[in-house]
Amino acid sequence: MVLFEAKNVTKQYGDQLALDNVSISVPEQCIYGLLGPNGAGKTTLIRIINQITGPDSGELFLNGKKLTPADVQQIGYLPEERGLYKKMKVGEQALYFAQLKGLTKAEAMRRLKYWFKKLDMVDWWGKKVEELSKGMQQKVQFITTVLHEPKLLIFDEPFTGFDPLNTNIVKNEIRFLRERGATIILSTHNMESVEELCDNITLIDKARTILEGSVNEIRSKWAANEYDLVFEGDVQIVGNNHYQILNQQKDNNKSIIRLKTTNNIPSNEIIQTAIKSGNIISFNPALPSMNEIFIRVVEARN
Amino acid sequence: MNKISVIIKREYITRVRKKSFIILTILAPLLMAALIILPTAVMMNQEGELKKIAVIEDNSDLFKNVITNTKDAKFEYLENVRIEDLKISFEKAGYYGILYISPEVVNTPNAVQLISKQQPPIGLLQHIENCMKKEIEKQKLLAYHIDNLDDIMKNVETNVSIQTIKIDDSGAVKETSTGIAMALAYIFGLLMYMLVFIFGSQVMRGVIEEKTSRVVEVIVSSVKPIQLMMGKIIGIALVGLTQFMIWVILTISIVGFVKTTIIEKAGVAEIAQAIPQDLMKADQQSVIASQNQAGEISPELAEFSKMFENAMNQPWGLIIFSFIFYFITGYLLYASVFAAIGSAVDNETETQQFMLPVTIPIILALMVAIGTMQNPESSLAFWCSMIPLTSPIVMMARIPFGVPYWQIAVSMALMLVTFIGFVWMAAKVYRTGILMYGKKTSWKEMWKWLRYRG
Repeated sequence: MVLFEAKNVTKQYGDQLALDNVSISVPEQCIYGLLGPNGAGKTTLIRIINQITGPDSGELFLNGKKLTPADVQQIGYLPEERGLYKKMKVGEQALYFAQLKGLTKAEAMRRLKYWFKKLDMVDWWGKKVEELSKGMQQKVQFITTVLHEPKLLIFDEPFTGFDPLNTNIVKNEIRFLRERGATIILSTHNMESVEELCDNITLIDKARTILEGSVNEIRSKWAANEYDLVFEGDVQIVGNNHYQILNQQKDNNKSIIRLKTTNNIPSNEIIQTAIKSGNIISFNPALPSMNEIFIRVVEARN
Repeated sequence: MNKISVIIKREYITRVRKKSFIILTILAPLLMAALIILPTAVMMNQEGELKKIAVIEDNSDLFKNVITNTKDAKFEYLENVRIEDLKISFEKAGYYGILYISPEVVNTPNAVQLISKQQPPIGLLQHIENCMKKEIEKQKLLAYHIDNLDDIMKNVETNVSIQTIKIDDSGAVKETSTGIAMALAYIFGLLMYMLVFIFGSQVMRGVIEEKTSRVVEVIVSSVKPIQLMMGKIIGIALVGLTQFMIWVILTISIVGFVKTTIIEKAGVAEIAQAIPQDLMKADQQSVIASQNQAGEISPELAEFSKMFENAMNQPWGLIIFSFIFYFITGYLLYASVFAAIGSAVDNETETQQFMLPVTIPIILALMVAIGTMQNPESSLAFWCSMIPLTSPIVMMARIPFGVPYWQIAVSMALMLVTFIGFVWMAAKVYRTGILMYGKKTSWKEMWKWLRYRG
């Protein structure tokens, strides 16, 4: 079932087109990656979903119904540019944001206690925000985003500023939120986390959707006919009429070779040819990383 | 709206709890009270000292016993003393100074010298000048040999005190005081200026803070930008009103306390003496004058009660209504413009270019308001009290002098329309501005934002 849908959204700022006929469809309880180079229009789309600005044309649906201003209660948004009032105390601030999202003070208090305990932040309650480190502030902001238990969560670069330990904690919390029924739109440049977390993605470049689908499908589609061949020691091979060499590199007394078949020969035949060159450690179909796909797709357009 | 009240509450509480707010709120009335009390205290102290002054006349006794003693100066007429000797020894003899009168005094005004070690107070000089002038005039008149001169002189002596009476359209007569009207005009004009300017720029700083700390994006994903803007503007207005109320109450109570404990202990009689003679004479109102004769009310109290009566004759209902109206609309107008400016810039230093065009009408209004006190009917005052950017300050300064109702009505109507227009435009600029970063904004750019769709 689709939880959120944007249909043919177009937005123009002056003479600059920020979004050109973009559509996304986010299934329920899915982690949906929103990717794209800087200035592609992701933030504009997120702002439109949050109803911070309105689209020039196009429609938005939440749970099959047209998005209304009252729906902000159902959405939680962690902006890329995080902000808290620096002079305000952590607890008061969290309460304030919760109340703006429509929670009563008592209810907000109850939930905040749970989250502060869970993320080991109880001692920070009475501190001013400016006394906290950047990572700590981000945790506070994370809590304020999820506190009102929205159906749709939008995280814009949620991992920047976190150390690996905290990155992991946040990743786990995101998975946990999904299990509890939330649907998540994740906008990030961190492609590793996209592979790790996202079910589906949309890649936007220059205001247009240029790639969309499930992460696994996209990766296997792009992996077509590519293999990683690893030899022991220093080995070099040359391409032939069955395959061409995309990349050769040495690493720790190993040689890693990426090759692409030019016709559909069985992999056994590749191995038979290669085996003459040296001692094979492994032979794998190469799933390109999202990083590679991202670079190739975007570069291809330029 | 529930959410807007959450915003108002935060804006209000975080500001009221600030140390700087508490310190300023307590200190300002103390300073103000000190400003009122200190000069009085200093004056009283000076008056306590009695100055003995030797009077020497060169080869004449024309001014013998002419200069009357005052509360703080005693004049001793010395004969057969040489000025050169006294110049050396007057201090030892306990004199504050020597008043030396040469015989040419009747013809040349500079023939009088007051010799002293310190700069003599202006009041003392005036007293001497007055006494001598009267005496010289008298002597000159005597030279004409007019019969019954004393009677004529008594008959001629007059006092003039202009009593101003305002007649309204219904023909009712009210005694007014231009002094009171001027004071009120000044107070209300200045108050309006301060409220609009100080708290308007606080709104701007608040918006910049939210923008630079990027809090704004989180908030506008929960509430509409206009709710945030109005919540901030209203919250800060309440802070201003709170501070203002505390100031008024504290100032009144401090001044009142000091007056009852210190000044009254020092004795009302002394103060009464301190009031110059002509001021007492100026007080010609029959009722009070008769009370004066009966000795029931001290002159300063009479003066005060007259002032009070005059003040009560002001159209207070109209003044208070207008003040509230112009404060709300004027503050909202300027605060929303300030909010729009705050939203358009990335930091406070960038506000300069936008502040100037906004500051000019406010300062102009204050200057016109001060000019209004001299001439409330001038066409400059009239137009500035109609134009909505200046009218809150200028009209408030005009009202104590009496303004036709149609003018007030037109001014208010214009104000209302303009204020709604400004808030609407400011909200549009604000909505776009708060989410724009890194781009240097120009007026042209802001004009473009006005036309963006929501």
